Amino acid sequence: MNDILKGSLVQLGAVDPEEYSRAFSQWRRDSELMRLMDTSEVMLRSQKDSQKWIEKELEDQDVNQYMFTIRTLTEDKFIGDIGLYVVNWSGRDAFVGLGIGERDFWGRGYGTDAMKVILRYAFMEVNLKRVTLTVFEYNPRAVRSYEKVGFRHEGRQRGFLNREGKRWDMLFMGILCEEWMNLQKKENI
Amino acid sequence: MRDLFRGELVRITSEEPEARAKVEVFWQRDTEFHRLADADPTRMESEKKLREWFEKQNENGFKPERYSFAVRTLAEDQHIGFFVLWLDLIHNEAWVGIGIGDREFWGKGYGTDMMKLCLQYAFTELNVHRVSLGLHEYNPRALRSYEKAGFRLEGRTRKDLNREGKRYDSLWMGILHDEWMQMQNGDQQ
Amino acid sequence: MFDIQTQLFEGKDVRLGPIDHQKDPEIESKWTHDSEFMRMMEISPARPMSAAIIKKQYEKLEKQIDESKNLYHFAIRAKEDDRLIGKADVQWIEWTNGNGWIQLGIGSAEDRRKGYGSQVLRMLTRFAFAELNLFRVSARIPEYNEAAIALFKKFGFEEEVRRRQALDRDGRRWDLLVFGLLNSDWQNRAGA
Repeated sequence: MNDILKGSLVQLGAVDPEEYSRAFSQWRRDSELMRLMDTSEVMLRSQKDSQKWIEKELEDQDVNQYMFTIRTLTEDKFIGDIGLYVVNWSGRDAFVGLGIGERDFWGRGYGTDAMKVILRYAFMEVNLKRVTLTVFEYNPRAVRSYEKVGFRHEGRQRGFLNREGKRWDMLFMGILCEEWMNLQKKENI
Repeated sequence: MRDLFRGELVRITSEEPEARAKVEVFWQRDTEFHRLADADPTRMESEKKLREWFEKQNENGFKPERYSFAVRTLAEDQHIGFFVLWLDLIHNEAWVGIGIGDREFWGKGYGTDMMKLCLQYAFTELNVHRVSLGLHEYNPRALRSYEKAGFRLEGRTRKDLNREGKRYDSLWMGILHDEWMQMQNGDQQ
Repeated sequence: MFDIQTQLFEGKDVRLGPIDHQKDPEIESKWTHDSEFMRMMEISPARPMSAAIIKKQYEKLEKQIDESKNLYHFAIRAKEDDRLIGKADVQWIEWTNGNGWIQLGIGSAEDRRKGYGSQVLRMLTRFAFAELNLFRVSARIPEYNEAAIALFKKFGFEEEVRRRQALDRDGRRWDLLVFGLLNSDWQNRAGA
């Protein structure tokens, strides 16, 4: 029974309310980050406010939600978070949401690694059959990362977002358990 | 697509707290019924308390871990029993609780019909991998009925139950998805 | 045989004790990051938890113990320095039927394979049979947990139920076993 939450660059860990809210009130000041991650209007938030919110979220962690911090293996640095949210037990499908708050770690494979780890967790521990995600069309770096991990394009909600005076599509991507299993087999050859 | 809610002798409907509480007040007067169905001490509860308990089960709306049905006769729409499926979502297993509170309907095939609807629902609608149940060793009628339905005896916890100064084993049974499918295919040949 | 002077909670190297709300959360938080341990101990998905969350869980647990009156929780501590090394429960007790369920786990990897599990199980069974007066105890063990299976068998537990393919983990199905020990069996092995 290997260490299922460990990747090659990152480890997924527990969310500590204080550490999380401290980091997040910093990250929220980066409006580019927030616009890549969030559909709601970007807004600044105090640490106290963030902490109350995250404590409530953590209380609600049940069979339907799995939230983790992303930490670097080399320095145990908290760089972002990732979570699974089951929408449909009948189809055994969950949404995954990922955000790297530390800019220094963008474009270096950390997000991709975190996504690989959570897929393994989704399919080998929560026993899901598929994982879905949404990504904004103006985030090509994320789209490429998800494609690399094995997600396939499933559609788009046209003109879903309205930012900087323009309408943008929300892309839907998904990966099935069998597809993921096949990728693992290929990688082990 | 088959009719999930209609058998040959009974139909299944939603659990209505008020209706269930009313009829449970009668069923609980039959202590043999309780002692066949449950391991905890037989007792009497007020209609109000029963209703509140059933209301509480559904107070947050639909729960993907509990599916409960009332059972009514097709002939005269009498509320004769119930079954409930508790799901372990992660491992995709359902536990069955099933009973006919009105002894007029014991030993006449109603239980068999109810279990058929129950397993059909569990395997073709909830898509569970296995269904489990427990019973007391002094309930041979139920054992025969469940065996006929396809359940296999998986073991007994020795002297688990203490009643009337004697000790009885608890029997554990289970049926797997593939086993049930095979039985269905067998029937169709 | 035993009498009231025999210590229930003191073993040779370890003892059973209450929760230390100040020190224990940090240590138990570390265990939750060890997915191998979590997968042996729990059937729900392994999930790392912060010390802050563990602290809240301890509070909920103590409340549950008070309200349900069918649960006993123990912290397992090393006698040499009182550090937390594991945890154990006697739970789901049905008083009218005289039965309950036992579970234990040594959370810190360095403290495993030292015989502490045996010392704990000896104390737990004595507590269940000689103090709670249970007629029998059960334990639920996944088929892949060979160490636990060996330990419980050593104490006379018998495999009573094999729940086929009840667990889905690591991409395959496993059986979930139920082991049982009767008070009379335990008494016959007194001194074990």
